[in-house]
Amino acid sequence: MEYILQPWPWYVSGPLIALVMLALIYFGKTFGMSGNLRTLCTLGGADRFASFFKFDWKAELWNLTVVLGAVIGGFIAVHYLSDGSVIDLNPTTVEDLNSLGFENAGASLLPPELYDWSSVLTPKGLLILIGGGFLVGFGTRYAGGCTSGHAITGLSNLQWPSLVAVIGFFIGGLFMVHILYPLIFGA
Amino acid sequence: MKSLKFLLVGIFFGIVLVKSEAVSWYRIYEMFQFQSFHMYGIIGSAIAVGILGVWLIKRSHLKSVDGQAIDIPPKDKSIPRYLLGGTIFGLGWALAGACPGPMYILVGTGVLSMLLVIVGAMLGTFFYGLIKDNLPH
Repeated sequence: MEYILQPWPWYVSGPLIALVMLALIYFGKTFGMSGNLRTLCTLGGADRFASFFKFDWKAELWNLTVVLGAVIGGFIAVHYLSDGSVIDLNPTTVEDLNSLGFENAGASLLPPELYDWSSVLTPKGLLILIGGGFLVGFGTRYAGGCTSGHAITGLSNLQWPSLVAVIGFFIGGLFMVHILYPLIFGA
Repeated sequence: MKSLKFLLVGIFFGIVLVKSEAVSWYRIYEMFQFQSFHMYGIIGSAIAVGILGVWLIKRSHLKSVDGQAIDIPPKDKSIPRYLLGGTIFGLGWALAGACPGPMYILVGTGVLSMLLVIVGAMLGTFFYGLIKDNLPH
């Protein structure tokens, strides 16, 4: 039980994520979380504005069920399967973040400097969260998948388009963290 | 209860992603700084086991749970679509620190402000649907 309550090492977590993907393949589906955003748009009435959202959303209900499970899983993991361990980040990362204005890096899953309501309800904080989400939603649909669909499923199936997409993920991520972070969060 | 198995897979997925810390904004930042092997180990070992599993499924001609032939749909052949779309996604992933799976999971962990990121992601998806015919694919 002690091992379950502690953070899980990468060599346990990675294979378990592969198991999720393989289970969904066995169930006749594929692992892809970003597709749900399109389904949610259609449920919200987006099909009245663009043909992209005119599709049989009922055929995607299985994937929304996975989403519902993921929310429940997040709740269970935090409330019943955690010992409150601090995230064991590289001390250099903690120092770097401190100089960008993020204190106590790793004490929680997400930085309160971005996700606490006192930060969210400022023009800058709101723009970061909605803007970050916007880029994720636009980019994944344009690229036809996210980490689950491309990095895990696509690369496991040795599909080269997924490798191109993952290279793109890193171009964007590296540019954000190395070039834009000092501009957004620097003094 | 055909949907129960999907609910259980989702619960398992949510637990694994929290326990692996892959849902943590800090871990994503650390990954893009190349300051830890943790995230690379998770993604790398998932792909290694995934390659083996997919190969075994194809080799054994395994049927899906409802007796259908298993088929993993190929992706369209294109460079600009994956490179541009991927780069835009990467910018957002590194900023919000969450990709579409963790977004939902983090709501479950009690971070309700994550709902704003989800609203942003839905707006981004909607905007893509509006202008997709004008983008290079």
